[in-house]
Amino acid sequence: MRILLGFASGLIFGLGLLLAGMSDPAKVLNFLDLFGTFDPSLAFVMGGAALTTFVGYRLVWRRERPFVLSDFQIPGRRDIDAELVVGAALFGIGWGIGGFCPGPAWTALPLMTPGILVFLPSMLAGMAIALWAKAFRAARA
Amino acid sequence: MPLDTITPFTPFASALGGVLIGLSAVMVMALFGRIAGISGITTGAFPMRLDDWDWRLAFVLGLIAAPLVVLLVAGTPVLQTVPGNLPAMAVAGLLVGLGTVTGSGCTSGHGVCGLARLSPRSLVAVLTFMAFGFATVFLLRHVF
Repeated sequence: MRILLGFASGLIFGLGLLLAGMSDPAKVLNFLDLFGTFDPSLAFVMGGAALTTFVGYRLVWRRERPFVLSDFQIPGRRDIDAELVVGAALFGIGWGIGGFCPGPAWTALPLMTPGILVFLPSMLAGMAIALWAKAFRAARA
Repeated sequence: MPLDTITPFTPFASALGGVLIGLSAVMVMALFGRIAGISGITTGAFPMRLDDWDWRLAFVLGLIAAPLVVLLVAGTPVLQTVPGNLPAMAVAGLLVGLGTVTGSGCTSGHGVCGLARLSPRSLVAVLTFMAFGFATVFLLRHVF
């Protein structure tokens, strides 16, 4: 059952990305091109998504626990550290070059364009390297 | 279609797509009690890393299935223009992977869920990756 519910959640997320146009790197790169062929559509994606989530989270958090798993796991950190800022900066540069963030990278996979067939394995490799580096730093600390 | 041509402004479809993304994030919180961040779900989808990896792998498969569902229902594939400079795409992918794990989140985890939680860390992350995204496209399209 939880497999089916996980699949349904991912499917709805993916359909949202496709309807919103966020799955198209041309649209993403135009959103980031403030001084060229600027397309502000993606601001509406972020707005619609964040507002829906803001309201929905507050309804869900009235419950003691989630429906399937036993507890809510919500990040509690509030400090701003170098990892957060450097990581976000690297991500922003990669996003500006390729026009893909992780969600649209997955929805682009079935279309099998050469660009995504190079981007996606590189992204997974980058994630593996960063996870390894985090574990290495944690072990030394 | 070349990449730097105008894409149509789609406020209604984009806002509606955003609402669907938000509904999915609310579902993930209601069902699993977790943040719907795609970078975190991706790294957590690998078997054995976390004990509840199974729903994450199913979530990723749901993402992959979405364009196939559209193709079946609409009869036409999703419109998409993907950059064709393959060395650049390799660098881009590597940076997105390194950056989202190092910075603990991406457009969904920080951008959607984090802002909805009013998290100061997420606000800083969003402003940072947006600024670097704008700067990168400006440099690549208007300077070099």
